[in-house]
Amino acid sequence: MKYIIAIIQPHRLEEVKEELEKAEVHLITVSNILGRGRQKGYTEVYRNAREVGLLKKTKIEIAVNEEFVQPTIDAIMKGAHTGRTGDGKIFVLDLHEVVRIGTGERGGLAIG
Amino acid sequence: MNSGDTAWILICSALVFIMTPGVALFYGGMARRKNILSILMQCFFIMCLVSIQWVLFGYSIAFAPDLGYGLLGGLDWVGLGHMGTTPNTDYAGTIPHLAFMAFQLMFAIITCALIVGAFAERIKFTAFAVLILLWTTLVYDPIAHWVWGTGGWLKGIGALDFAGGIVVHVSSGVSALHMAILIGKRCGYTKQVFAPHNLPLTVMGGALLWFGWFGFNAGSALEAGGLAAHAFVTTNTATAAAGMTWAFIEWRRLGAPTILGIVTGALAGMIAITPACGYVTPLSAVIIGILGSVACYLAVTVLKTKFGYDDSLDVFGVHGIGGMWGTIATGIFADKAVNAAGADGLIYGNVHLFLVQCLYLVSCVAFAIAMTWMLYKFVDATIGMRVEKEDELVGLDLTQHHESAYTVLE
Repeated sequence: MKYIIAIIQPHRLEEVKEELEKAEVHLITVSNILGRGRQKGYTEVYRNAREVGLLKKTKIEIAVNEEFVQPTIDAIMKGAHTGRTGDGKIFVLDLHEVVRIGTGERGGLAIG
Repeated sequence: MNSGDTAWILICSALVFIMTPGVALFYGGMARRKNILSILMQCFFIMCLVSIQWVLFGYSIAFAPDLGYGLLGGLDWVGLGHMGTTPNTDYAGTIPHLAFMAFQLMFAIITCALIVGAFAERIKFTAFAVLILLWTTLVYDPIAHWVWGTGGWLKGIGALDFAGGIVVHVSSGVSALHMAILIGKRCGYTKQVFAPHNLPLTVMGGALLWFGWFGFNAGSALEAGGLAAHAFVTTNTATAAAGMTWAFIEWRRLGAPTILGIVTGALAGMIAITPACGYVTPLSAVIIGILGSVACYLAVTVLKTKFGYDDSLDVFGVHGIGGMWGTIATGIFADKAVNAAGADGLIYGNVHLFLVQCLYLVSCVAFAIAMTWMLYKFVDATIGMRVEKEDELVGLDLTQHHESAYTVLE
């Protein structure tokens, strides 16, 4: 089992969701986050004070069984890739255990 | 000169003024969170732009003595020269001419702001600014002259429009529909649901509109007297009936009444009663409100889906349809017992007024549609109307104004 964390541009979320649906990855967790990568993004201006701080990003988290790891990565790439700095990153982590709270199921059974 | 009338009209001008920030919040709450500032900015920009245009030449085109054929006002009042503070007896004999001018200015501002909802979330700001300046000068000012200006051709044939059902709502509504079709749908329009991002703002905006509408309609009596009180009551009554109607329709069809529904319905009622408020009885106002709400509900749910145009915030469905219904309803329900300066409508056995109202409607709609097409094509060819796709996805707040409305962290 793997735990996949992707940081993407907020406005690519719809495309990524669509690609994941096509790859039959239905369970995802999404949050709004701030981050700093290599992108020089849109600067915000307030009363002449320019703010080049942290940029708004979207974080996607997905837990998958081994056979879904590559399709998930491909789907995120397809939805979020533009080729420009700031597209984001995908992190793949080993996942030791999953427990479904409702039924007590564990491991690969609990994941989907 | 009457100090009571003058005080009333100055207060009403301020009431109509607050409708524009009201419509900004109403629309802003319905937009997505990445675009709310662009809506507020467009409306606020219009408040500045049209205020200056009106003083420089807008008021003169709309209200100065006619140039001939009832089509345009002359340049006599450019820069408000030769006007003075004494009353102009053609328009309002008991208040300073400047008070009348200021009251009319607020109508010119709100009319432009109403259009913002049609091309919301995808228009380039520079193109927007140029388009609005051209539109208010070449569409709004002429129509205002035809209907309200001394010597205007529609004033001559006896059309009734108490507070601007056609001049304000139909002109903006049909122009908005045409612009929405020309600029095209927002990215992902049919694939995703664009849910309103902040309904409390929309409700706040709707409440400000209702509040300001008393100035819009009752102020159009241009005196602090019985007719103003009458328009005040019919306005409130139709608005209430229409809000309730929309809520009941949703309750029945969807299982629950929604706040967005009741506010939209109330707005439909305000619009429908606008041309009729000084000519119909309070009971007729109830009927006008109910039917106006039904018509607008069908327009935004059935008509829009069927034809598939992306009138983002339903300017046509609510203002266009509501204004058209109100104009025709005036021809049906007008009662000389309410206002001797008016005429009797269909239900009192007079067919003539009804036909005049229809001619009035058709001529203004045709003019607004044709002019909007020309102005749009001109701006699109010179500046380009729509933002780049990437900018649209990121949102207009950040790409057009370098600001964002909401922070993620403290």
